[in-house]
Amino acid sequence: MARRTRILLQAAAVAVVASLVVLLAVEVFSDSKGRNLVSAVRRGETPPAPSLELPALEGDKRISLASYRGKAVVLNFWASWCEPCKKETPMLQEAYERYRGEGLVVLGVNAQDFRTDARRFAERYEVTYPLVHDGPGATREAWGLTGFPETWWIDRQGRLVAYVQGQFSARELERNIERALGPA
Amino acid sequence: MTRLLLFAALALAVSAPAFAAERPTLADLEDEVICPTCNTTLELSSSPIAERMRVFIRARIAAGDSKGEIKDKLVAEFGEGVLAAPPRQGFNLLAWLLPAGGALAAVFTLAVLARRWRTPRGEPTAATRAANGRVPLDPELERRVDEELARYEA
Repeated sequence: MARRTRILLQAAAVAVVASLVVLLAVEVFSDSKGRNLVSAVRRGETPPAPSLELPALEGDKRISLASYRGKAVVLNFWASWCEPCKKETPMLQEAYERYRGEGLVVLGVNAQDFRTDARRFAERYEVTYPLVHDGPGATREAWGLTGFPETWWIDRQGRLVAYVQGQFSARELERNIERALGPA
Repeated sequence: MTRLLLFAALALAVSAPAFAAERPTLADLEDEVICPTCNTTLELSSSPIAERMRVFIRARIAAGDSKGEIKDKLVAEFGEGVLAAPPRQGFNLLAWLLPAGGALAAVFTLAVLARRWRTPRGEPTAATRAANGRVPLDPELERRVDEELARYEA
């Protein structure tokens, strides 16, 4: 085999291996970013919330988390087939009605679910707060999620202030809303 | 007219099994669709969403959808990740071509290496050894030896 051809083949092999290593590193890094957020909030830090923009469950418009800057946000990841979500939803609706005037938004992210099922669920529980749909669950990694339900509380500056994995209690919901809203 | 009816009956008899074969079953799709929460095929999952997907698939089969139509509807809900194998088009085609290309490259490399190992450089092949029982000389060298011998004898 000519020396030039051999060098070209070796270079191609090195390029293929290098691109596979880069892909692996990107995958590992993007996965760990979400988990790092969870650890940071548990340590008492308040890292900036990742971006989130998804289609609304009803209609054609898209809703972005950035559009709620200046308001406190309860970001709840749910699915219609998730049993604890059935207990959380009425609590979230009640909190939304109660704190809305003070600048609180509840944003429900329906993930890994059929749209029709999610709409039926929202109708059944008379949800009036905004809902977005993420069928593939593509946002879950960036937010460090592992199951349903999971909830983040975000303050008016867009910083994460609290996180609950699984079903939150009424006390946790209240306390974290007050933290997100900040001093009156 | 009788001939026409006979022909129609025959055509129906031939095409009916074909239509029946096109109609998918739940089992046909269960190993081609991924449960989004557990990342295994539907047939291996008993999670709530997997159960819900089975209900959806049964309903679409009953409504007369083809396998492709059902898959398209699942992709519209859950994205392409819901398919166990990527579709053979666009960028996804690479997922099908790369392994085949890799296998071909491996076979080619092995063939080249095997050939090299069998015929070490600078030594005669086994075939030439067997042909005359001795190592053949380079033609140029042989010509010079003949010349030297002729001069010596003269």
